[in-house]
Amino acid sequence: MDLFFQQLLNGLTIGGVYSLVALGLTLVYGILHVPNFAHGALYMAGAFVAFYFMESLGLNYWLAMLGSAAVVAVLSMLAERLVFHPLRNAPPLHDMIAAIGILLFLEAGAQAIWGADFHRMQSPYGNLVEIFGLTTVGQRLLIIAGAVVLVAVLHLFLTRTTTGLTIIAMAQNRDGAALVGIDATRVTLLVFAISGALAAVAAVLYSPINLVYPAMGHLVITKAFVIIILGGMGSFPGAIVGGLIIGLAEAFGGFYFSTDYKDLIAFVLLVVILSVRPQGLFSKGAH
Amino acid sequence: MKLLQGKAGWALLIALALVFPYMVSNTYFLSVMTQSYIFAIAALGLNLITGYTGQFNLAHGGFMAIGAYAVGLLTTDYQWGFWTAFAAAGAICGVIGYLVGVISLRMTGHVFSIFTLCVGYIIYLLIEKWEDVTHGAVGVMGIPSPTGFGGLEFESAKGQYYLVLAFLILGAYIMHRIVHSLLGRSFVAVRNSEALAEALGIPLARTKRLAFVLSVIYAGLAGGLYAGVVRFLGPDLAATHHTFELVMFMLVGGIGTILGPILGSILVPWLTQSLQFLQDYRMVVFGPVLILLLIFVPNGIVGTILHRRARRAAAQREQAQAASAPAAASSTPNGARHA
Repeated sequence: MDLFFQQLLNGLTIGGVYSLVALGLTLVYGILHVPNFAHGALYMAGAFVAFYFMESLGLNYWLAMLGSAAVVAVLSMLAERLVFHPLRNAPPLHDMIAAIGILLFLEAGAQAIWGADFHRMQSPYGNLVEIFGLTTVGQRLLIIAGAVVLVAVLHLFLTRTTTGLTIIAMAQNRDGAALVGIDATRVTLLVFAISGALAAVAAVLYSPINLVYPAMGHLVITKAFVIIILGGMGSFPGAIVGGLIIGLAEAFGGFYFSTDYKDLIAFVLLVVILSVRPQGLFSKGAH
Repeated sequence: MKLLQGKAGWALLIALALVFPYMVSNTYFLSVMTQSYIFAIAALGLNLITGYTGQFNLAHGGFMAIGAYAVGLLTTDYQWGFWTAFAAAGAICGVIGYLVGVISLRMTGHVFSIFTLCVGYIIYLLIEKWEDVTHGAVGVMGIPSPTGFGGLEFESAKGQYYLVLAFLILGAYIMHRIVHSLLGRSFVAVRNSEALAEALGIPLARTKRLAFVLSVIYAGLAGGLYAGVVRFLGPDLAATHHTFELVMFMLVGGIGTILGPILGSILVPWLTQSLQFLQDYRMVVFGPVLILLLIFVPNGIVGTILHRRARRAAAQREQAQAASAPAAASSTPNGARHA
């Protein structure tokens, strides 16, 4: 039974990371209807920037996280201004390829600056802790707590503040939002900033129990796409529930079936679910 | 300029390709060109489903890897002859493509793209992890080069170059016949509007599936040639960046044209080769170049030329009309613009 709870904990950890990444992705999709393939590269950039802050500037973990969130938010806004905005009237294919261009640029940039090697990020919470009779690394608990707090804050921001409501309004109806005086440019920039910051924080939370390297975003972003398809593209609760489902499925599948094929589970789950329900788990109508 | 259009233009291109091995002394350039042609065949296939049918398939590189592995494994582990394995590669890709198509083509737009991206990942992970069959990360080594027939040999760089060129020309010709047939027009109708195509009596699901299967057969055969020419395979071939490269070739050359993907497959590798001196910084330059191309040359090279020509022709027609029938011209100038 202990092993079961251990896997549950692992599933919640990784599910929390997936949820944060998927939330950023789904927010951008809701506003712009662009599947942002560069999101995984922003996640990777977040880890490297924090790594740089900690190793070269000697900042502590939390300051590095804040700094990296700020830097990636700016990167994300630049991507919107310089790439997605000029392409707003182009066919959807062009947005996707442009996002791939950003991805190539950021990945090659990180590799040119920091090399293709794997780096280990130190965290002040690497010690073992005991909770409810389970032994685990403190960082894992921090990830779960961090994800819960961030999701709660984001939820309050989106539903209780005027700025947050403008985002929801624009996701519901772009023209309608413009008609009631919402500044589309500002809201879009804000969404990109939030999305980039979420990716960076997720990366800094997850890096100490994983590794930092230029290709670290690939699998995470692809799984985040699986999550937002399952949860319904642009759906906020869908991203959270989907993230947890994939995280738990991977933890239990990796433990009870095979660790070799752990990364396959998310994709097979997607294929199976979409074969039965092509419209996704949570969306009511067809796309 | 007139001379370079239509059949004469194609004849000139083929003639250039035929004398190319005699113009370069370096076999390295020859092998770069041979690989460009192989990717051009795959890009032609991707163009059928994406450029003509409007479904952005991100598993195309994965299907190319399936074709390559089919040839690689059948010739080494099961001692099949190259050409039977090559035919099998096309057939296997067609069957897997049909099965994937049945599920994935029920989705539209971005969901289809992301779903196929995941299919590509499944292919990649299966090739990497299923070591008993695919040799995993070690890869497949010692694949024989295509067996010669009728006095032809495909062992030398030159022989392989001409073999691949022949397949490319054949592939482009068949693609030309497909897109100009009634079937090709129904593909374009699906791209332009699914609802309208269905209203015209085009069976939507079957048409899309057919385009998908045809396109992945191109990918599979290109993969088979790749296995015979490169003679070594690693799981990396199925990685998503290969798909992205194919998409790039298609887009830079001109999506929805036949010459475009071929031109892109030749030009882009030359461009990245010439950026070689930048080494690690190559993609740092290439990413922004790609974005600039998308913003300023959205139709690709061939597409832009075609657009310009169509506009000029329309303007000339309008002028001619205005000159011959000044009274009637004022009522019909819009008719010419649709050409």
